[in-house]
Amino acid sequence: MGALLEVENLTVWLATRRGPQKAVDDVSFHVDAGEIFGLAGESGSGKTMTAMALLGLLPHAARTSGRAVFDGRDLLSMSAKQLRSVRGRHIAMVSQDPSTSLHPMLTVETQLTEHMRHHLGLGRSEARGRATELLATVRIPDPERALSAHPAQFSGGMRQRIAIAVALACQPRLLLADEPTTALDVTVQAGILRLLDRLRREQDLAVVVITHDLGVMSAVTDRICVMYGGRLAETGPRQDVLNQPRHPYTRGLLDALPHPEGGAAALRPVPGSPPPLGRVPEGCPFHPRCGFALPSCRTERPAPVLVGEAHTSACPPDPLGGAA
Amino acid sequence: MSVLLEATGLAVEYHRRGGPTVRAVDGVDLRLNRGEILGLVGESGCGKSTLGRAVVGLLPAAAGEIRFAGHPVAPLGRRRRPRQLRGLQMVFQDPYASLNPRRRVGEQIADGYLLGGVARAETVRRTGELLERVGLAADAASRYPHEFSGGQRQRIAIARALATDPSCIIADEPISALDASAQASVANLLVALVRELDMGMVFISHDLSVVRQIADRTAVMYLGRVVEVGPTQQLWSAPAHPYTRALIAAVPRADGAGVLPVELPGDVPDPARPPTGCRFHPRCPLARPECVRHDPPLVALSGDRAAACVLQNAGEPARPLGELDPAASPAQK
Amino acid sequence: MTVTDPARVDLPVSTRRDRAAVRSPWRQPLAIVGAALVVLWVLVALLAPLLAPHGPLDQLAPKLQAPSGEYLFGTDELGRDVFSRVVYGSRISLPLACLLVVLATVLGAVVGTIAGFFGGWVDSILMRLADLVFAFPGIILAMAVAAALGPQLRNAVLAVVVVSWPSYARLVRGLVLSARNSEYVAASRLLGSSALRTMLVDLRPNIAGPVLVMAALDVGNAVLLLSGLSFLGLGAQPPAAEWGAMVAAGAANFDRWWIGLFPGLAILTVVLAFNFVGDTLRDALDPRTARAIRD
Repeated sequence: MGALLEVENLTVWLATRRGPQKAVDDVSFHVDAGEIFGLAGESGSGKTMTAMALLGLLPHAARTSGRAVFDGRDLLSMSAKQLRSVRGRHIAMVSQDPSTSLHPMLTVETQLTEHMRHHLGLGRSEARGRATELLATVRIPDPERALSAHPAQFSGGMRQRIAIAVALACQPRLLLADEPTTALDVTVQAGILRLLDRLRREQDLAVVVITHDLGVMSAVTDRICVMYGGRLAETGPRQDVLNQPRHPYTRGLLDALPHPEGGAAALRPVPGSPPPLGRVPEGCPFHPRCGFALPSCRTERPAPVLVGEAHTSACPPDPLGGAA
Repeated sequence: MSVLLEATGLAVEYHRRGGPTVRAVDGVDLRLNRGEILGLVGESGCGKSTLGRAVVGLLPAAAGEIRFAGHPVAPLGRRRRPRQLRGLQMVFQDPYASLNPRRRVGEQIADGYLLGGVARAETVRRTGELLERVGLAADAASRYPHEFSGGQRQRIAIARALATDPSCIIADEPISALDASAQASVANLLVALVRELDMGMVFISHDLSVVRQIADRTAVMYLGRVVEVGPTQQLWSAPAHPYTRALIAAVPRADGAGVLPVELPGDVPDPARPPTGCRFHPRCPLARPECVRHDPPLVALSGDRAAACVLQNAGEPARPLGELDPAASPAQK
Repeated sequence: MTVTDPARVDLPVSTRRDRAAVRSPWRQPLAIVGAALVVLWVLVALLAPLLAPHGPLDQLAPKLQAPSGEYLFGTDELGRDVFSRVVYGSRISLPLACLLVVLATVLGAVVGTIAGFFGGWVDSILMRLADLVFAFPGIILAMAVAAALGPQLRNAVLAVVVVSWPSYARLVRGLVLSARNSEYVAASRLLGSSALRTMLVDLRPNIAGPVLVMAALDVGNAVLLLSGLSFLGLGAQPPAAEWGAMVAAGAANFDRWWIGLFPGLAILTVVLAFNFVGDTLRDALDPRTARAIRD
């Protein structure tokens, strides 16, 4: 059985004043049904643009190349009309800030049932029944009453649950969650992460979680892909990537985290900052910040190399390989 | 150890037009020593930012007293702040909002010197030194804030606070708006400055793992109250309040183990209508019948700890929550 | 002294060279047209005695001559050269428009700052006063004020000031209010700045930009209002070479199209020019226009 989503050599150019610039550069990965896949990276890594490309929601005058086959059809070559029938119906999105994805003036019911009635052709009472079920699924207390309320009447965590319910309205098979818990408290984040995990198990939903938070990655994902400067740095099963990272950038991100046992040691940041759009260095994009960089890293563009079972790293010198 | 900043019985209220008065901070006692980093954590809406703003005088206190180095902190009016309070500075969350977009970086930093009576010619040299001290080039002074990244801006904001030669910094979520790699380096900078200049810092954050790493003591707030305070390592390894325990259990760990964090059900209640009794009881997994009526005060435990929970007894060591049987009879006072 | 390792310092997001590479708003076609027209009109006003073949009030030529080689824009009902009158008209309209915009800006900025700074009942009274002015259409109120003060050019200027200041007051008050609660003002106050110093040092550059833009856009508007009052006989009085009054004369002789058309075109070009320049200023004054696009 093939993957639910197969992204091959995806490249995205964004229009800037200095001409088109690559925001995503030759990225390939796949997502299976019922899998939670993590896209990790700092701002400017291209992780959000990857998701936008899949949804056909790139900014004006952006161009793409490569393929993104979802359920046998290439999303990148679809017409705007075809994309609309996929978006919301089969692929849904949850963004960081639920206050922007929910309409402030419409009731929760309207926002939940609109897509169902449009995409699934449900009648009013049928849609309402399903909306109640959905709210119960995402653990909104008193779903019947919540239907007639407006988004502003809920807390941030509750709004994000409602946004997830709206995203799930048409039983999508793939959910793209862009920093879904970044704006939330850890206590609420824990609930959302558990919800995503439950949906994956109970409804075979595939989820792409986009976040810079490796703790969140560690908690829910099956596989992780670390992006840097628009390219893939490392891809692999969660345990392998987080416990035996092979790319110096992944190592650096993990080292920058506060030590799990605390202590007085200073934090160890990755030196420098990620390159802005259009200023990705030649060769390996990470070489100016890499402690292991060799002269060849400045000129040779590194290709992903298999370093373990289903584990690839785009760092041919492989300075961390000895540890494995 | 000398007490640098002390708040006693501090309350801060918001008056919404046509709405009830909200007590965002309700009777908080806080003490910060020189050379100490106090972490202040809690969910959004717990009043930690309000507390931080009140402590420096940006918000008026409805009750209670704040003293900085022995001087009472009065809320800011139209007059300039008393000179003896200039050593109490604040670093804000959003370095995009806390720097004036239309003034050069150097001018904004030099303000701190000028207002302290330093001659204008002298401020240029000192501003350059300060910028270098926070890890930027001295010529950054002639640029505008928009030319810098978030992490760099936060360094500029820190440099501005340093221009008053402060002894105490209130840092309100100073790294939450920054990129992952900038977070660690800005946190390191703040810690290094506190240690080197023997300042005190209140580090307000919702990121418990960073607080755990850098704070000497941690105070946990819930719904306008401090529910637990103590040395960070002890508080973390053996929380005395069920809320502290819930917060810690909710932090995901990047260990690759795939363990889902523990959810704390429910939301922070509306501070305009706090629950009766213990404010945490509706969400508390260890709540007992008397928690509905009895509002536990923050009591001092041994080992410089304090907690506001019926399960803890004054003067005794903190009782580990894990060993408590929720069904057991109420703790004896 | 430095606590951070220099190697850890993040790279700057944008450099000076970068800024130069971004296309300046002054290179947009409309900006060039606007700026060129403003410069042209200022030159015309300055060099009027050199440019105009006749005096503005000289009745030398035959009456009601159509435009020709000798009388470029023709002559009016009294035999005055329309070209000379349009040229000299710029010496009335432009300085007066600028003066009244300055007056309205200063008045509005002072009122707006006081309202925003003190708030409370001071704010309420001043803003209700502004609302009162807003309640009437500008030209109608200006007409009433000008008529009450007596039909004179000076009174027309005062009338336009009376109807113009509330927009500035509102703008400045809004800017003061939003900036007063900003974190950079809070930070400045904590450094030991008094509220007044914060207002002058921190807020002034933030307020100056939008006010300047509004003023530039308003110069055109002022020219229009002044001409309008003169057209109605409430401003400049005959025989003054004022564009609005000249259009009125043209309207009285509407079959002699040149009498009204050329002063009309002068008004049109001045109004357009200041609008283009105002729009360009708005872009040019915002230091964030050049912000790089980031993911």
